[in-house]
Amino acid sequence: MPGFPVPGSINGELYTLNLELSPEHPRVSERQSAAPEIDVGYVAGLARLDLTEEETAQFQKQLSEILAFVDTLSSLEVEGVEPTAHPAPILDCFREDETDKSLTREQFLRNAPDTALDQVRVPKVVDS
Amino acid sequence: MNLATTSIATLRRMLLAGETTPREIVESVGTAISAQNETIGGYLSSDFEKALVDAEAADLARPLGGIPIALKDNINVEDHPCSCASRFLEGGYLSPYDATVSTRLKEAGAVLYGRTNLDEFAMGSSTENSALQQTRNPHAHDRIPGGSSGGSAAVVAADMAVAALGSDTGGSIRQPASHCGVVGLKPSYGRVSRYGLVAFASSLDQIGPLTRTVEDSALLLRVIAGGDKRDSTCLDAEVPDYTAGLQRGVSGMKLGVPREYFADEGLDPAVRARIEEALGKFEAEGAELVDISLPSTSFAVATYYILAPAEASSNLSRYDGVRYGNRVDNGEGVIAMYRGSRARGFGPEVKRRIILGTYVLSSGYSGKYYLRAQKARTLIQQEYQQAFQRVDALVGPVSPTLPRRIGEFADNPLQDYLADIYTISANLAGICGLSVPCGTVEREGSALPVGLQILGPHLAEDVILRVGRAWEIIRDEE
Repeated sequence: MPGFPVPGSINGELYTLNLELSPEHPRVSERQSAAPEIDVGYVAGLARLDLTEEETAQFQKQLSEILAFVDTLSSLEVEGVEPTAHPAPILDCFREDETDKSLTREQFLRNAPDTALDQVRVPKVVDS
Repeated sequence: MNLATTSIATLRRMLLAGETTPREIVESVGTAISAQNETIGGYLSSDFEKALVDAEAADLARPLGGIPIALKDNINVEDHPCSCASRFLEGGYLSPYDATVSTRLKEAGAVLYGRTNLDEFAMGSSTENSALQQTRNPHAHDRIPGGSSGGSAAVVAADMAVAALGSDTGGSIRQPASHCGVVGLKPSYGRVSRYGLVAFASSLDQIGPLTRTVEDSALLLRVIAGGDKRDSTCLDAEVPDYTAGLQRGVSGMKLGVPREYFADEGLDPAVRARIEEALGKFEAEGAELVDISLPSTSFAVATYYILAPAEASSNLSRYDGVRYGNRVDNGEGVIAMYRGSRARGFGPEVKRRIILGTYVLSSGYSGKYYLRAQKARTLIQQEYQQAFQRVDALVGPVSPTLPRRIGEFADNPLQDYLADIYTISANLAGICGLSVPCGTVEREGSALPVGLQILGPHLAEDVILRVGRAWEIIRDEE
């Protein structure tokens, strides 16, 4: 299996760190996918994020490198492994349905950028 | 006399003996900040008017009575700023409520007076991603303090704070503690309530102390740990007196040495030498060193940089310019307002992680990335569980490198991600980890700190604190 060399540094000295999964790892198989592609402009739109042209170009390069790195996981055999969402052994939490103190209207509105009539005001949402 | 050079335990003894007062301690911290913060940049804000009132009213009978504690600027304290070192929350934002840890510190008599710098929204490992200010390593001002809790580590190291709290999502307490030469504890997932900690990656985040000594770490953990009805992921497990077993030493303990944490590639030989010396001394004290293999270490960084950005992209959707933060409105409707506010409010690293997280969760890719990473996480957790059947704790380096220079490799974010290799798995597995100062390395005219990492099973903070205290005793005998 080819290595996945990643540039690292020790006190400014560049070196190459091989983070490809070790062939001796019990769960390594052939890489299962093609190199990932990302359209940064499109994904930023999904995330409600305006980018400048300069940012788009810079992130396109950096995120492609990062994705190529995280894609090393595609050579990991995960058949039959349960996913872990969070590591504490808790499934459901119940409590009595009782009213309790919460923020006052004043406390809640204090940080809002724009308010009117004791409510948060936002720009036009629906076109008339 | 600067009382902020002193440990919590010593100050408490002095307070109870009438040798000092809470006012003197708080004034000492204030004087140290005036003298040094401009150079070090560890604090983003502080309020001594209120702190002195709180100091006068402090109840010395309580466990932290009269002790000032600094907080990372992503932990809410009512009526204090909570900027997360972001332009988005800079300026007018004042917390409407206390985080659970803030409530518990106040109830224990602590004085909350200052807010420390961080990588924006805790994303980073150098504090260079703070949108507001650069924090410098007190041991070498041209070098990073580590991060993301770089401010909390630096203010303790520079004698501008008695102790501080930080948060650790992939090493953000342990790595800056290592780089600044202080003690940093990441508790087990579920040990400390996350209520009121600004969420970065909810399945990985934990709040913990940065202190001068292991004993102080134990004292603070005792106060902040324990179940909380406001955080359903916080465990209602018994909180022991962590100071009780601290002095028991390592004789008879089995300490695992993960061979993947000592691989030739990437580990600075000078760091390795310090850690290996420490291991030799543990052995001389009667601990048994056990060779352990954690083969999944090689894919922990990749796993983390799928899961953490995925959770972050969801958590940070709340910053939309509606309920709080700085709004940018060009008059073209609500969607344009969201996009503009987020574009101006977030720095480059936060934007990168939101885009990466959105991508790995998007339709058609979530199975390939997110679900696969969650399964990889299970394998990492199982490896630790198997290791802890054979040993009491694992020992190794915190960071593969010494603190690097500020601005080095600014254009290559992947490089900093890789430096998390020894700390990141503990967050994925939910186990606890401690960083304890382990000597220094002379480099280019500066003595740079090295940190020894001690990892323990879920909820076994007492075990790693005991090993950490044993190391302090061995180290200080020389």
